[in-house]
Amino acid sequence: MSGVALRTDNQTIWGKDEELSVLTFSLNGETFAIEATVVQEILDLLPETPVPGSMPFVASVINFRGKVIPLADIRLAFGMEVSEATIDSRIVVIELELDGEATLIGIRTDRVYEVTSLPRTASEPPPSVGMRWRADYIDCLVKRGGEFIILPNLNAIFVSQGDRVGSVVANS
Amino acid sequence: MSNPDPISVFRTEAAELLEQIESGLLDLTRNLADRDQVDAVFRGLHTLKGSGAMFGFDALAAFTHHCETAFDRVRKGEVPATHELVSAVLSAQDHMRALLETPNGDHDAVSAALLENLQRAVDGAGASPAAAIDATGASAGAEGMLREWRISFCLPTNAMVNGTNPLALLDELRALGECRIVADTSAVPPLEALDPREIHLAWTVTLKTAHGRSEIEDVFIFVMDEMTLEITETGAETPRASATVVPAAKPVSIVPADPGQSAGTADAKQAKPASAENVRVPAERLDEMMDRVGELVIAQSRLTQLAGADADLGLRSVSEEIERLSGELRDTMMVLRMMPVASLFSRFRRLVHDLSRETGKEIELITEGESTEVDKTVIDRLADPLVHLVRNSIDHGLETPDDRVAAGKPPKGRVVLSAHQTGGEVIITIKDDGRGINRERVRAKAEASGLVQPGVALTDQELLQLIFQPGFSTAQQVTNLSGRGVGMDVVKKTVEALRGTIDITSRPGEGSEVALRIPLTLAIIDGLLVRVGRGRYVIPLSAVEECLELSIEEDLRSRGRSFISLRDSLVPFLRLRELFRTGTQPDPYQKVVVISTGTERVGLVVDQIIGDHQTVIKSMSKLHHDVVTFSGATILGDGSVALILDVAHLVAAGQQQEAQLRAAG
Repeated sequence: MSGVALRTDNQTIWGKDEELSVLTFSLNGETFAIEATVVQEILDLLPETPVPGSMPFVASVINFRGKVIPLADIRLAFGMEVSEATIDSRIVVIELELDGEATLIGIRTDRVYEVTSLPRTASEPPPSVGMRWRADYIDCLVKRGGEFIILPNLNAIFVSQGDRVGSVVANS
Repeated sequence: MSNPDPISVFRTEAAELLEQIESGLLDLTRNLADRDQVDAVFRGLHTLKGSGAMFGFDALAAFTHHCETAFDRVRKGEVPATHELVSAVLSAQDHMRALLETPNGDHDAVSAALLENLQRAVDGAGASPAAAIDATGASAGAEGMLREWRISFCLPTNAMVNGTNPLALLDELRALGECRIVADTSAVPPLEALDPREIHLAWTVTLKTAHGRSEIEDVFIFVMDEMTLEITETGAETPRASATVVPAAKPVSIVPADPGQSAGTADAKQAKPASAENVRVPAERLDEMMDRVGELVIAQSRLTQLAGADADLGLRSVSEEIERLSGELRDTMMVLRMMPVASLFSRFRRLVHDLSRETGKEIELITEGESTEVDKTVIDRLADPLVHLVRNSIDHGLETPDDRVAAGKPPKGRVVLSAHQTGGEVIITIKDDGRGINRERVRAKAEASGLVQPGVALTDQELLQLIFQPGFSTAQQVTNLSGRGVGMDVVKKTVEALRGTIDITSRPGEGSEVALRIPLTLAIIDGLLVRVGRGRYVIPLSAVEECLELSIEEDLRSRGRSFISLRDSLVPFLRLRELFRTGTQPDPYQKVVVISTGTERVGLVVDQIIGDHQTVIKSMSKLHHDVVTFSGATILGDGSVALILDVAHLVAAGQQQEAQLRAAG
């Protein structure tokens, strides 16, 4: 259940396969990728309802097919600036297991690119020094063309953001 | 036949409790220092003991009592939680399951072994894990044990005239386990002398079942007085060997054990399986259906909006039709989940009877409003809290007959359990005519346990509410009934989880009354839709007392002290615009919505009151559990989300603000 354990075990996300099918998207000019199997749906922007008093990281909720789900901005987890939504902005709905409960979460993105496969051979663990972001929020980096694609560790991000307010009680 | 057999209800509940205890124990093995789990296991054991005793599972209650005592010591920090202790309780818990399933079986040897094991673990002598495993094995053996019974019975010849149906009795026996039924036809007269209304048959049944003698006797409970009945145990798990035991009566017809036939027994006393008129549906399916209906209601209101904007008459009439249908569907759906509280109240007769014997107090239990219907979940979850409350009334509230006579009251104490519906709420009250709550004792106790600083002024209601604090108990010594200080905080937690509130009133010498106000349904509420800044919020209508305008003078005057005067009393208010940091200019004519939880009131300043709105409650995800201002969310007709305000929390916040201001000024 611990997100940190997932991160150190770099094999988890790749499993036995040499390739990983992912959805790539952009946040503030950086390319991110999320494992395609956790992605439920890609939505155009929806009316949002701010939740006063919540963490800025999940400041609002949206109506996703009759369910009220949180809308998260993982830019805040990586300390990025929050930019205005554009015509290309999309919401990627993912399903994560939080505290043993399958939870639907919407993630803001600036632009969604494609579903593609990433080769394992091109991946490397996040460098422990010289990075702007918290290393435990990143599963691995995959080099493609001249750039790195960031695979965020969503479990670590959401569990630790939850922990910060003491609402998600880790079972371990 | 709509009321389920209380014994089987208890079995289901006890099985759930055991599961909870088990998972708590298993969690504990991973983290022995987890106090929450220690408390959870302890509460589980406490409830199991209490309701076990209530339904006559005395062996279970007695055995559980020892485990509870062991865990109580862990809870109080007298004994550390060790792996030995946890595994000893785990194997004890398996044994409780066996005690639950065959309450009349012979468990004494296993019980003693397990308790010894437990004692060793508590003493820290270090019970070897092997012993624990042995004990588990032994109890597992007892659990699955089938015993074989021979039941011979013969009904009086006029039994059928009196309405007894021998086939139904046989069907009930079949429901208990595998049967071999042999009819003895030796007494049947020749055809010309035979009266078809008379019975001349006798039966011998060989039954293999895990049930005890009393369950078998229960089958014949209505006819036992006139009939001859012989039940003998012929052995345990000796398959087929017993065939030779069947008496040498002329075996004419061997009726095969056919469970399909038992469908016809609906009119007989219900044994284990549900009768044919009722369908048992898992509660999750109802919840799922409720979700679908909720979505339909939302979709329908969007359709109505669209149709309203369109001139197409055909579309409008279809839309109206759908509006009507979905409304009806919703109502039907709500009714499906409703059950009369009679099924809840009926359990208490036995409890009161037993308590009366144990305490030597004469008690009369009066129940009122049993036909009031409540959501099934409410009934299920209220059962334990009500047990605690009734016990408390009897144990702490009612005096002994002598004391009562001395105080000029009739010797017989009175406990009134009543339910009635007002608006969207059901109010369940437990009233006694005992000595009332001793405020000095409550206060002294609260100060002794550090809940209240000495000398702090408390309102009467605040003082009375102290008894719901965890660990609070005014009983001088721990009895079998109450006094461990677990009951009342469980009561409060459960009621709050149901979005309900508790009011206590108590007059010294005249008695106490505890009122539980519970919303009628958990899935749909009537709400008042308001606007604050650009956001729309729902206030549960059941909590709304009145709406009024915040006059400009009042607004200015109250800048510093946030009170409005409402018919000669001051009501504190909260400006939601400030609370929610909307960053917008206030509307020129702001409104105040006065909400209350029973006795305490607080005003909420909003920009606009939009109107009432029937709301399907959606829970918020874990990521928003830290936001206490809202109890949930709902989807409005235009598809956007509105948050539902948590009344209890806001009232508490308002009262806190008032207290601060009072302290400051």
